[in-house]
Amino acid sequence: MNLIPPQAGFAQATTMPQPLQPPVAGQTHSSTSTATVSDHKQQKLKIETRHMNFFYGSHQALFDINLKIPERAVTALIGPSGCGKSTYLRALNRMNDIIEGTRHTGDVLLDSQDIYAPRIDVVALRKRVGMVFQKSTPFPKSIFENVAYGMRIAGIRNRSFVQETVERCLQQAALWNEVKDRLKDSAMALSGGQQQRLCIARALATNPEVLLMDEPASALDPASTARIEDLIIELKQNYTIVIVTHNMQQAARISEWTAFFCQGRLVEVGLTKQLFFKPREKETEDYITGRFG
Amino acid sequence: MSVVEQKPASTDSVIDRTNLEASGLAYRFTWQRLRESFIQMLLFLCALLSVLTTLAIIFVLVSEAIFGIPPEKAFFQEISLSQFFLETRWAPQYSPPVFGIWPLICGTFLITIIAAIIGLPTGLLAAVYLAEYASPRVRSIAKPILELLAGVPTVVYGYFGLRIVTPYVIRPILKPAEFFGVEWLWSIPVDGFNALSGGIVVGLMIIPTVCSLSEDVLRAVPRTLREAGYALGSTKFDVCVRVVIPSALSGIIAAFLLAISRAVGETMAVTIAAGQKPTLTLNPLSQIETMTAYVVNVMSGDTPVGTIEYKSLYAVALVLFLTTLTMNLISQLVLARYREVYQ
Repeated sequence: MNLIPPQAGFAQATTMPQPLQPPVAGQTHSSTSTATVSDHKQQKLKIETRHMNFFYGSHQALFDINLKIPERAVTALIGPSGCGKSTYLRALNRMNDIIEGTRHTGDVLLDSQDIYAPRIDVVALRKRVGMVFQKSTPFPKSIFENVAYGMRIAGIRNRSFVQETVERCLQQAALWNEVKDRLKDSAMALSGGQQQRLCIARALATNPEVLLMDEPASALDPASTARIEDLIIELKQNYTIVIVTHNMQQAARISEWTAFFCQGRLVEVGLTKQLFFKPREKETEDYITGRFG
Repeated sequence: MSVVEQKPASTDSVIDRTNLEASGLAYRFTWQRLRESFIQMLLFLCALLSVLTTLAIIFVLVSEAIFGIPPEKAFFQEISLSQFFLETRWAPQYSPPVFGIWPLICGTFLITIIAAIIGLPTGLLAAVYLAEYASPRVRSIAKPILELLAGVPTVVYGYFGLRIVTPYVIRPILKPAEFFGVEWLWSIPVDGFNALSGGIVVGLMIIPTVCSLSEDVLRAVPRTLREAGYALGSTKFDVCVRVVIPSALSGIIAAFLLAISRAVGETMAVTIAAGQKPTLTLNPLSQIETMTAYVVNVMSGDTPVGTIEYKSLYAVALVLFLTTLTMNLISQLVLARYREVYQ
């Protein structure tokens, strides 16, 4: 069993725990097992990739990624454009399957189960591992029907259940107060920030365990960004969140763990605080201080 | 201090109106400019041509059908509107001739409905297959073949309906008793010319139109929207039916209406397959005549110019024109409405 990586707990959302050892290892650091554990609260592992390589046709986009993602925490993936962080994120709910000619080697584990195993139902997987995209993608339906979408395709007919879930998810996504009087209106009429929160609400409505977020706030103004960030911090009480971001302040504000990707390789991973203030690798330091990327 | 700093800004620069040429900003003739205005004129004339043609057609139809250029009398100056719209027979050969438009409208309506039932869903589903399911290889082969279907002359479709669809598709199903020589099976009478075969071939004919246009709009739906659907645990069919088609709905409706307009205006195929006997009926198995088929009938026959029968074709053409015009207006309204809802 590899459920329990040695690491510090971080029950509080806002305060950083004292780091002992990162729960995860880059390709050159496989020494996690030697770490000492002294915290009373141990973090369960949610997702793990082992020796994962990823290819678009003959082009290799990811090289030997070994990464462990703890449950009920925010893990940020940072790195320059084209470094493979989005590809990695999309591999976690097999979103890359849609693209022709993609393949991978190595293991991608969700709760210790290989999600690329032959008999895996991708549809069921994606219900457990939801995703929010960079560009808000409201469907051309009403606000209500957008959030109810997941239940509609699951064939849930119970009207009061659907209604309650829609309300709960909109409340979780901090959108309920703004839209409660116009649930029947087209979702396309919402502002960019509202649309993105709607997409988060829609993802929550399928009751996922993991939320993958691909630069969810990069197209938004600062006020909307702040709301999304507050929302992410709120959501990590119940969900495992993996977020790709170009905004390093954002990664610093909301994540416990940060992984730095560069040119398809996982360069460094660690507690966000540690990675930002005392990076082990020169490359990481250069990127964070803005010397490249 | 601040007063001193603002001083330079307070002195306005003098506007020089005498030295335009020296500034290099003056208008000068160049060949490039002439070419630009020539091109603009050419483009304008091209646009004007189609507008003028439309206006000319409207003028001819209206003058021949309603006003008449003296000493010629127009159709509606000889035949009353009440006969035209209240009489249920279209019989130009009778003496006196009877001109009730409803049998022709009914024929056109019947053909259009059958063609829509056959062509619209098939075309849309083919488009969904090509846009969402087919591999690039299959699409690269299937799409040109499908578009080839649009290039087949409509006369060929007409003969296909008359010689293949009626005897080898409709008859075996509706009159198996006769076809297989077994007496105890059912036998429903089918005319040699019938609206069903005409409607079927027109339906086949509009499939490429519907498919090609719909596929374009389906493929124009952003990939991000599909991915959002998949990310919520949709199957491919869920994404097609609940995300992609609703997103492309306005374009699909436009494709449908264009195809229906084509079915209404279709001429040769229905003249050959559906017959030339004006009948006020909704029975698809009987011979009918559409408005377009009647126009062909008069033009290709030996009807003397100037007779009331000859003039009647302008009245029919006017009704046909108004029908398609109404449909186009409706499609504009529908599109405007959906734009409002979805964008």
